[in-house]
Amino acid sequence: MTAMVKAEGVHKSFGPVEVLKGIDLEVAPREVFCLIGPSGSGKSTFLRCINHLEKINAGRLYVDGDLVGYRQQGNKLYELRDREVAAQRRDIGMVFQRFNLFPHMTAVENVMEAPVQVKRESKAVARERALRLLDRVGLADKAGNYPAQLSGGQQQRVAIARALAMEPKLMLFDEPTSALDPELVGDVLDVMRDLAESGMTMIVVTHEMGFAREVGDALVFMDDGAVVETGHPREVLTNPQHERTKSFLSKVL
Amino acid sequence: MTVDIDKVTGPSGTPAPAPEAIKAIPVRHYGRWISAVIALGLLGLLVNAFAQGKVNWGAVPDYFFDKDILKGVRNTIWLTIVAMALGVALGVVLAVMRLSKNPVTASIAWAYIWFFRGTPVYVQLLLWFNLGLVFEYINLGPIYQDEWADFMTPFLAALLGLGLNEAAYMAEICRAGIQSVDEGQTEASHALGMSQAKTLRRVVLPQAMRVIVPPTGNEFINLLKTTSLVIAVQYYDLLQAATNVGQTSGGTVEMLFLAAIWYLVVTSVLSVGQFYLERRFARGSLRQLPPTPWQKVKANVGSLSTRGTKGGGGA
Repeated sequence: MTAMVKAEGVHKSFGPVEVLKGIDLEVAPREVFCLIGPSGSGKSTFLRCINHLEKINAGRLYVDGDLVGYRQQGNKLYELRDREVAAQRRDIGMVFQRFNLFPHMTAVENVMEAPVQVKRESKAVARERALRLLDRVGLADKAGNYPAQLSGGQQQRVAIARALAMEPKLMLFDEPTSALDPELVGDVLDVMRDLAESGMTMIVVTHEMGFAREVGDALVFMDDGAVVETGHPREVLTNPQHERTKSFLSKVL
Repeated sequence: MTVDIDKVTGPSGTPAPAPEAIKAIPVRHYGRWISAVIALGLLGLLVNAFAQGKVNWGAVPDYFFDKDILKGVRNTIWLTIVAMALGVALGVVLAVMRLSKNPVTASIAWAYIWFFRGTPVYVQLLLWFNLGLVFEYINLGPIYQDEWADFMTPFLAALLGLGLNEAAYMAEICRAGIQSVDEGQTEASHALGMSQAKTLRRVVLPQAMRVIVPPTGNEFINLLKTTSLVIAVQYYDLLQAATNVGQTSGGTVEMLFLAAIWYLVVTSVLSVGQFYLERRFARGSLRQLPPTPWQKVKANVGSLSTRGTKGGGGA
């Protein structure tokens, strides 16, 4: 079985600052893969590399066997055209820390937008699926609301529905609950748990250790642009091997 | 303890009597009265000076709805609208080109803006009109062929001169609007697999409008006044009409006053339109909409008379 995501020595620099210093990891299909670590450790940057929102400087990154952002012929790498990059991204859903819903569209229009514009689906079909997805995230009655009329938790659930509307094979979550009031976090985590149970491959950058422990299949602790420790969430969280992991967990747990 | 007391006097008992409404003597703004009197006095002196001047004021109302004048007004408004439409359309394209990753289109847009913003619009108008020195004929293959002098009518010269100049300014306004949209919007759109063009058209531009619309209203009013320069290319605008009528009727200065009043009338109408358009686009982004002029007048009259205790609050 090919890995859904495979990283080989991924390096990324912003100018002189090296943010990722050689990341190697593999995410199996249907796996819920949690990335934890202090801020500035590079976990969000790594996530953004997976759908080529950031270009990597060295190494190789594969999604479902395809090289991300490049085409390899022999020893040469060719940059993909914008259109080809866009085509790769269609199969990868992403959920952002700050939701990034389109404020000039209602909830249902947000969810319909990509299928109609990218897949050229008819509006009727797209709307039907959008309403079904909004129902799935518990927001059937908010379809006509604009993002500004929704709470943070509701906005984030609409954002998840929007990503799911493209029927992705992989979902990336970039600290999806970090911008939420504590009492709204649960609703979003419930939706993600439900999604995990349906067999979606998910990579989740999170500070929610409870979610990682209960739902996660694998967990990586990153620090200073490198993977420090990998393992099953329950093992890493209860019995960390490295000093750095121990000190981090002692502060957040 | 306090909770018990509240429960007794709260919902079941009779409500405590509301404290007496404040009836304080408002601050007297003597300065406002004095400055208003001085301003009115100066205005009176000014009006008197003009009334005493050697100007035949009777000619202004006589010619206000003269058919030549009205033709000039119509032409001015029409030229403003068409030139603005050209400016907006080209401006958006230039803004997108300028922000493009493609260095060729970005450079072309930069050079365009550099030239059209860097030379006076009056000079540009004259250049368009006299371009026949460079191009003797215009030849668009089977579509259109003519001598340049016949092709470049006063209207076309005025339209190109004003519209292409306006495009340079609109490009900068649109660029500011596009850049004001949060980058997360572009990222979210890209992450959904939308192309650059789709992202721009469906996500970025609609949100940029809120920033683009107010200065565009300003540009519109500016352009209306700038049309008075097209006298240089012999287009029959309001100022040209006023000048012509003035020469035949013998009241040159009177007709200039008449033109000024007409410009004021049209720009006032546009200002009102701009105000309400801005109010509309401010919806949802401002907690409280700015007062309409009428509300403002009412509030000011209230505070000037010092009777309105709420001052600027407005009724």
